[in-house]
Amino acid sequence: MVLEAKNISFRYGKETSRILNDFSFQMESHERVGIVASSGFGKTTLCKILSGYEEPDHGEVLLDGKAVSSYKGYCPVQMIWQHPEQVVNPRLRMREVLNEGDEIEDRIIQGLGIEEDWKNRFPAEISGGEMQRFCIARALGRRTRFLLADEISTMLDLITQSQIWNFLIKEVECREIGLLAVSHSPALLERICTRICHLEKSC
Amino acid sequence: MKRVNGRMAAVLWLGIAVVFLTAVTLFGWRVAESALMTDFSRKNLPPNGAYFFGTDWMGRDMFVRTVTGLSMSIRIGLLSAGVSSVLALFLGILAAIMGKTVDSVITWMIDLVMGIPHILLLILISYACGKGFRGVVVGVALTHWTSLARLIRGEVLQLKEALYVRTAQKLGVSRWEIAWKHMLPHLFPQFLVGLILMFPHAILHEASITFLGFGLSPEQPAIGIILSESMKYLAMGRWWLALFPGLFLVFTVSLFDMGGESLRKLLAPGSTHR
Repeated sequence: MVLEAKNISFRYGKETSRILNDFSFQMESHERVGIVASSGFGKTTLCKILSGYEEPDHGEVLLDGKAVSSYKGYCPVQMIWQHPEQVVNPRLRMREVLNEGDEIEDRIIQGLGIEEDWKNRFPAEISGGEMQRFCIARALGRRTRFLLADEISTMLDLITQSQIWNFLIKEVECREIGLLAVSHSPALLERICTRICHLEKSC
Repeated sequence: MKRVNGRMAAVLWLGIAVVFLTAVTLFGWRVAESALMTDFSRKNLPPNGAYFFGTDWMGRDMFVRTVTGLSMSIRIGLLSAGVSSVLALFLGILAAIMGKTVDSVITWMIDLVMGIPHILLLILISYACGKGFRGVVVGVALTHWTSLARLIRGEVLQLKEALYVRTAQKLGVSRWEIAWKHMLPHLFPQFLVGLILMFPHAILHEASITFLGFGLSPEQPAIGIILSESMKYLAMGRWWLALFPGLFLVFTVSLFDMGGESLRKLLAPGSTHR
């Protein structure tokens, strides 16, 4: 499958400056692409547009030639956010958070080091790193074809980081899921990606 | 230690409020007959051992009359606050999810009702509905939904944009499931606390329009009636006719308020970690 952004432009509101300007980008599902840019250059915004959380002002996002926003139900492009506490409902147990994903296999849950006991807790009762593993697992559902990882390992210690990335690389390789990784650390992207793309300042 | 005490105090207050209010309501209901009983052999007695709150100019037991009046007030409060908060829930959710036109119409209605002084609107509605029990309930219900509706509208608008709701949409979770699992658990505490904090308003407004003569009819032993009748006898030194019913009205209202506040503290998300 191919995920493609065609000449997209975007700005938040009318008065603010343009974040993305006529940006085009293409990746296939066997690739692992790293996105590098300084703060405020639109890395997160790009992820949000690619996964359909935001509509671009101009241009379009296509998944195999079909607009991403036109996919009803489960979206094959899943995003993992930088702050896991914003994407889990504070009133649901972690087990229910996991159940929202698309038939998450036990292999994934074990591979990410999620312990059985954590599933019975509420989000306020586990750490950010533990919560992030749930979010990664939830995004790795059966129908996921592209995974957008927006600074997903910033809150983890180095050992956990390497554990999670090793698992993710293995997983996306054997299931042919395209991975788009955003990070401030060039060394990390160097290690995990097959291709690196630089975002230029627009406007 | 302090945190535990705070929570326990909240539970205690809630318990006291619930027990007292239920007791008054049920007891008042049972003795409603004797509240109307006149006995001229015992008229105008100041508070004493047999009649705690004294008796009035027709020899009616003021204690029984006070409790019956309170019971009536609580029932009116429950009914009108219930109707009012369901109305608020319905309109608040409609405003938030039905698009711009519906939203502006409902927001305009909220502003309109809020813009007119409560008591004026209440008198008009109650009078138009033929006063009495029905008039009071309809009047209170139609004037008190606004702030809760506004709160619920804001909450739903915020929830709609919450990242975990948007993520659930991307994960293909159905609209009903999102409403049931993600929205309702957040709305319920707001709704419940809003409902309970509406009682004291409802009771006070019931008493005040009854006092002004636009509410319940004079033969019913409502607190408003008792207070307005006792005005004539205050100058004769029969202070007990107004003091005890008034005190008990204030007491009931503040118990409701305290119960609502305790419940809010108990239901506030994350307050266990504070």
